[in-house]
Amino acid sequence: MNQASTMPPKSGINPVTPPKKSMLRNQRKMAPWFFLAPGILMFLVFVISPIFQSLWISFYEWDGLGEKTWLGLANYLELFDDENFFISLKNNIIWLVLYMLAPPIGLAIALMLNQTVFGIRLYKSLFFFPFVISQVVVGLVFAWFYDPSYGLLNVVITSFGFEPIAVLADERFVTYGIIVAGLWPQVAYCMILYLTGLNNVAADQIEAARLDNAKGWKMLWYIIIPQLRPATFIAVVVTVIGALRSFDLVSIMTSGGPYGSSRVLSYYMYETALSEYGYRMGYGAAIAVVLFAIMMLFITGFIWKMIRDERG
Amino acid sequence: MKPKFFKTLLAASAVLIASTGMAEQRTLTINTDTSDPAPKAAFEQLIADFEAANPDVKVDWNLFDHEGYKTSIRNFLTAEAPDLANWYAGNRMAPFVEADLFEDVSDVWAENNLSEQLGSALPSMTINGKQWGVPYTYYQWGVYYRKDIFAEKGIEVPKTWDEFLAACAKLKEDGVTPITIGSKYLWTAGGWFDYLNLRVNGYDYHMKLTSGEASYADPEVGKVFDAWDQLTTNDYFLENHAAFSWQEALAPMVQGKAAMYLMGNFAVAPLKEAGLTDETLGFFPFPEITPGLPAAEDAPTDTIHIPANAKNKEDAKKFLAFLATAEQQSKINAELGQLPVNKNSTVPEDPFLAQGFELLSNAKGLAQFYDRDAPAEMAKAGMEGFQEYMVKPERREAIIKRLAKIEKKVFKK
Repeated sequence: MNQASTMPPKSGINPVTPPKKSMLRNQRKMAPWFFLAPGILMFLVFVISPIFQSLWISFYEWDGLGEKTWLGLANYLELFDDENFFISLKNNIIWLVLYMLAPPIGLAIALMLNQTVFGIRLYKSLFFFPFVISQVVVGLVFAWFYDPSYGLLNVVITSFGFEPIAVLADERFVTYGIIVAGLWPQVAYCMILYLTGLNNVAADQIEAARLDNAKGWKMLWYIIIPQLRPATFIAVVVTVIGALRSFDLVSIMTSGGPYGSSRVLSYYMYETALSEYGYRMGYGAAIAVVLFAIMMLFITGFIWKMIRDERG
Repeated sequence: MKPKFFKTLLAASAVLIASTGMAEQRTLTINTDTSDPAPKAAFEQLIADFEAANPDVKVDWNLFDHEGYKTSIRNFLTAEAPDLANWYAGNRMAPFVEADLFEDVSDVWAENNLSEQLGSALPSMTINGKQWGVPYTYYQWGVYYRKDIFAEKGIEVPKTWDEFLAACAKLKEDGVTPITIGSKYLWTAGGWFDYLNLRVNGYDYHMKLTSGEASYADPEVGKVFDAWDQLTTNDYFLENHAAFSWQEALAPMVQGKAAMYLMGNFAVAPLKEAGLTDETLGFFPFPEITPGLPAAEDAPTDTIHIPANAKNKEDAKKFLAFLATAEQQSKINAELGQLPVNKNSTVPEDPFLAQGFELLSNAKGLAQFYDRDAPAEMAKAGMEGFQEYMVKPERREAIIKRLAKIEKKVFKK
């Protein structure tokens, strides 16, 4: 018991037997794990295990009630013969590409709002407003906006003497129509990210650039944007993920219609597995696995970049 | 902790009551999704009447919301089954019957002579030669039309397909959209396919097609689309119908911009609320297409079933027998504003229901509606195809080919 003597006695504290040194060391090591444990447990139960379960179910034919039948890869083979799957995949790509407009537009608005004028706080909150309201509300508002007989869009179009366009009932426009609705809150989100980023732009560098006669685009491109890199990174990540999990707007605005032409993978998965006419759990799981693989592609890319940046 | 405590208390008091030999009350649990005002009131009354007739049974009623119920029923049938649950006839109940989740109630039918009293619904309640539930209400489908517009243009109620086409042509010429429809949620397009197929090829072929014995590649289906072409290629349907729900498509009819609507009788209530009256709104059965073919109708039927895992099946069967009586069916449907299935019941006083009752009593057969007769996956693909056809009639052949392909998969041909 001479370990006690190695501990410097703390003033004002009774010299009660202090914990053993090995336990203390363990405590230091264990503490983070104790704090992480609930999170890890939740993550395992609600994220990791469902991933493997989906993978498992995707090899079966199962209606959610009766016996499962082993199919092997048949569900995946069926995907390649399913035009609905390719429509959904194509729409997902359109979503991804067009959603990439959100960061630059968000940046533009952020630059515009990043000034001290009377009432700027009000403008900022108004621009941020679409991100605060629920996607369901956004979807409904845009569905009414596009309404072919009473919608604002068509009131404007017809006042110029053109034929009204039923955006959400026309296979040519429907996906774009929904994406525009989705961009509205997404741009607001990117704008907020950039606004906070702009607060941290080093004033001395701008000063120095000014002395070197940098103005306008050159200033933006060579001085401001490089300093906004962390904000850009986050904006791109949330936008990619936002585009891939686009579900609520499709569901609210068109339910995938007309005749399935605005489906995306997440909605098609929901339809086959969980909707009123679905309950093909295996097939739905196969779609989910494909969507997961696409997401993983991006996520590993992002993580790889993050690790590389951290190492310098 | 409160509920648990409460439960223990209940259990304790139950033991006490049982041990002191007081009158034992059995409980009967019922799950339904009848949460709209009228169906809710109808069930309140039904349950009160049943409890009055069976004082030793206490009914425990769980009310679900409409959409959530479709998912919940799959859970509660397997896990914690009630003694009774409402659902639908035809192919809609087939998955539960095949998964052994519904109880065979053929004995209730036999003991109460239901095959005769509920005769019109017998085929749609029968799977594998047995009955799996008791129907309590249905309603007719047909064409609702603006009487005043027809009178103004001098159009008679069409009885044949040619007369129907002539009426459409006349309306179109005068700037009125002949037929309104909102196909956003697909099923309204399924109604058109049902009726065209029932009138072109008849009930037996329609049932064969929806159950997979016939094929969409058959020339019979081609004939259905030939008839449909006569409407779509002449633009007789409401423009942009894929953008509207069925309720939104009521508006042009109320405003007098459209004249006809193929719908179920539930459309009468909102149309009347919007200002139409018995003088301006009328009903006629879907016109004859193939001459001499006996007419069959769509009449979606609501039913009650006993889950196979129910605890109190004895009282549940009593309840079904009670529900099947002419007296109870008259009462329920007076509240619902729909048609009783029991042929001895009294029909609510309403011109539309009176017409519907006559129509269904004389029908050659009753279809349940496309999405209840066809299995889920086929129904979804089919209705989507019908919607696409109605928007792009020129894709007819591609759509038929696609349906034939999906049908092979669904029915494992």
